[in-house]
Amino acid sequence: MAVISEPAVAGRRSPFDWLQTILPKLVLAPSFAVTIVCVYGFILFTLYLSMTNSAMLPSFTWVGLVQYGKLWSDPKWTISLVNLGIYGVLYICISTAIGLLLAILLDQRIRIEGALRTIYLYPMAISFIVTGTAWKWILNPGLGLDKLMHSLGWTGFTFDWLIDGNMAIYTIVIAGVWQSSGFVMAMFLAGLRGVDSDILKAAAIDGATLPQTYRRIIIPLMRPVFLSAFVVSAHLAIKSFDLVKAMTDGGPGTSTWTPAFYMYATTFTRNQMGLGAASAVIMLATISAIIVPYLYSELRGGRRD
Amino acid sequence: MLKTYLTATVASLLALTAAAYAPSAAAQAKEEVEVMHWWTSGGEAAALNVLKEQLQKEGVAWKDAPVAGGGGDAAMTALRARVTAGDKPTSVQLLGLAIRDWAEQGVLADLTPLAEKEHWADHIPPAIAAFSTYDGKWVAAPVNIHRTNWLWINKKLLDKVGGKAPTNWDEFQALAKKFKDAGITPLAHGGQPWQESTIFDAIVVSVGGNDFYKKAFVDLDPDALGGDTMQKAFDQFRVLRGWVDPNFSGRDWNLASAMVINGEAGMQVMGDWAKGEFIKAGLKPGVDIVCVPYPGSEKAFLFNSDQFAMFSLDDKARQDAQLKLASAIESPSFQESFNLVKGSIPANTEVKPDKFDPCGQKSMADRDAFKSTGGMLPSLAHGHAASAAVKGAIYDVVTNFFNSNQSSADAAKALADAVALAK
Repeated sequence: MAVISEPAVAGRRSPFDWLQTILPKLVLAPSFAVTIVCVYGFILFTLYLSMTNSAMLPSFTWVGLVQYGKLWSDPKWTISLVNLGIYGVLYICISTAIGLLLAILLDQRIRIEGALRTIYLYPMAISFIVTGTAWKWILNPGLGLDKLMHSLGWTGFTFDWLIDGNMAIYTIVIAGVWQSSGFVMAMFLAGLRGVDSDILKAAAIDGATLPQTYRRIIIPLMRPVFLSAFVVSAHLAIKSFDLVKAMTDGGPGTSTWTPAFYMYATTFTRNQMGLGAASAVIMLATISAIIVPYLYSELRGGRRD
Repeated sequence: MLKTYLTATVASLLALTAAAYAPSAAAQAKEEVEVMHWWTSGGEAAALNVLKEQLQKEGVAWKDAPVAGGGGDAAMTALRARVTAGDKPTSVQLLGLAIRDWAEQGVLADLTPLAEKEHWADHIPPAIAAFSTYDGKWVAAPVNIHRTNWLWINKKLLDKVGGKAPTNWDEFQALAKKFKDAGITPLAHGGQPWQESTIFDAIVVSVGGNDFYKKAFVDLDPDALGGDTMQKAFDQFRVLRGWVDPNFSGRDWNLASAMVINGEAGMQVMGDWAKGEFIKAGLKPGVDIVCVPYPGSEKAFLFNSDQFAMFSLDDKARQDAQLKLASAIESPSFQESFNLVKGSIPANTEVKPDKFDPCGQKSMADRDAFKSTGGMLPSLAHGHAASAAVKGAIYDVVTNFFNSNQSSADAAKALADAVALAK
């Protein structure tokens, strides 16, 4: 009986089996196709455009690496890269430092932690355009902080970085850090909550002070969180456009141009689509240089587990 | 941000594909024009409404396609998306060389039969017509002419410091000093690249004369761009830098005009669209606000001209509607009522100057007088002299100079280099 029924069962199960294997593929297929075309397809298209003489509209006249030559001899591209360096390094380091500090302070089992956490996290819910506009007003010497201090009687106070070409990029760092620190804090807080309490108890028994515990045990344990925070803020820094657009619009002069700003200006307002595509490709390469090793280590780590 | 733009582009593409089917069916039944423009502010919208009503009287429906954003950058991005998607609007507001760029793509309609019937060539100054035609064919209908090399002075303050409207650089400096001594900011200025370039255009034509301006900004001659005369222009620009208030960065032009209106600042160098702000504040141009060409540029009329380019369409009814639109735009009655509101002067020289204010009348007189002298010069800052890439490159050098301590010699060299790279 068993001998007879078994093939029968197998025969009955096989279309269902087939459906079960095919269904996830069917469900995923549309989004997979969209991703292939709209992400990877357009990346390749951009790569191709960067080697054409596209101006106002895409053109398909092959010019090789001419646009890259133009890009690297353009002083504005150099300015953009230097700005990205300043902004990227400061933005990542400061928001990580502030985020970690806030997380450690919040982790001391204080009373209204929920409310405080929300307050610190909320800036991330605001778009960079709003942040930029608000900080533009705050830092504008004619109507913001400067004016407030002067009307409060502190007439010697000046903070005019926003209108100083040498310092303006740092005002963008301030606004960016304000926006992202809370988010980094949330990541660290989650990490801190995940620390095994037995380790902490063991440390306490061994007589470690609180600062020692943090410095020697907890912070080293946060290594994966540091990496995630770095990757998240690094790509935010590289694609920084909206903050710059809203806050300084690249000015004073061209002092706060960033690569993303350069890409937008050349592609959409200056009819230099080929040049814009070339800058986009360089940006993609920069992001890949950060993300690919990260993904590689993550995936390898996954396999090891 | 990029995402926002992409979303907008995708959204407009989708809207377009959807729209592409709907109107083509409807257009069979009635004549309709779809007009894409960026005249969304109060005065501009009111001015455009004149055209809309005129067309409706002729039985042509008006489909408004405004894309907000002064200067039209957003509108141009939307237009590219639409044309790429194959859904061409009937008509689009275009500035200067953008018309040529689109004509090169072969997407503009030929208005020559209408233009010949209505003798446009006789009424429209050749300097303006040069932008409305491509390859000998009319492809756009010019609406207005703005003059960009104006100096606006608050009359009350001028009387207060006992000055007179300057006619040359020395008088200009003397007047600025008087304002400064009286505790008034001599020059109201907004630190945006296009505003700085608008001033620089006027300086270049004032320092170097009409031929030099043409050689530098139209012919893009490297020697003119990097030479001694250009250095002198930068020197003058540096002097002007000393006359603006410290907080000019990023200020919009109309806020700079407001400084002149409420007496914080004495003067402003700006195109005649500033008149709209003065009139709104109850000041009469030519009476309460003195208008003179930028000192030393009296022989030049730096212009930009808004035009409606017509896109080629297959549908007969829409083509007819398009021609009616073009004809209505060139009609003296529309040109008069529109330009009275807009602050510019008519592109059609048939319009009588009687109803215009003294500044407008001066513009119109100069427009006619300079027809043969070569004094009608395309404004670089407003996209009429050189391509968008070159314009952008010059913006960068000019705004960098104004916002730094760069020497005039370095700036002139940077100008020649930047233009060579962008050409």
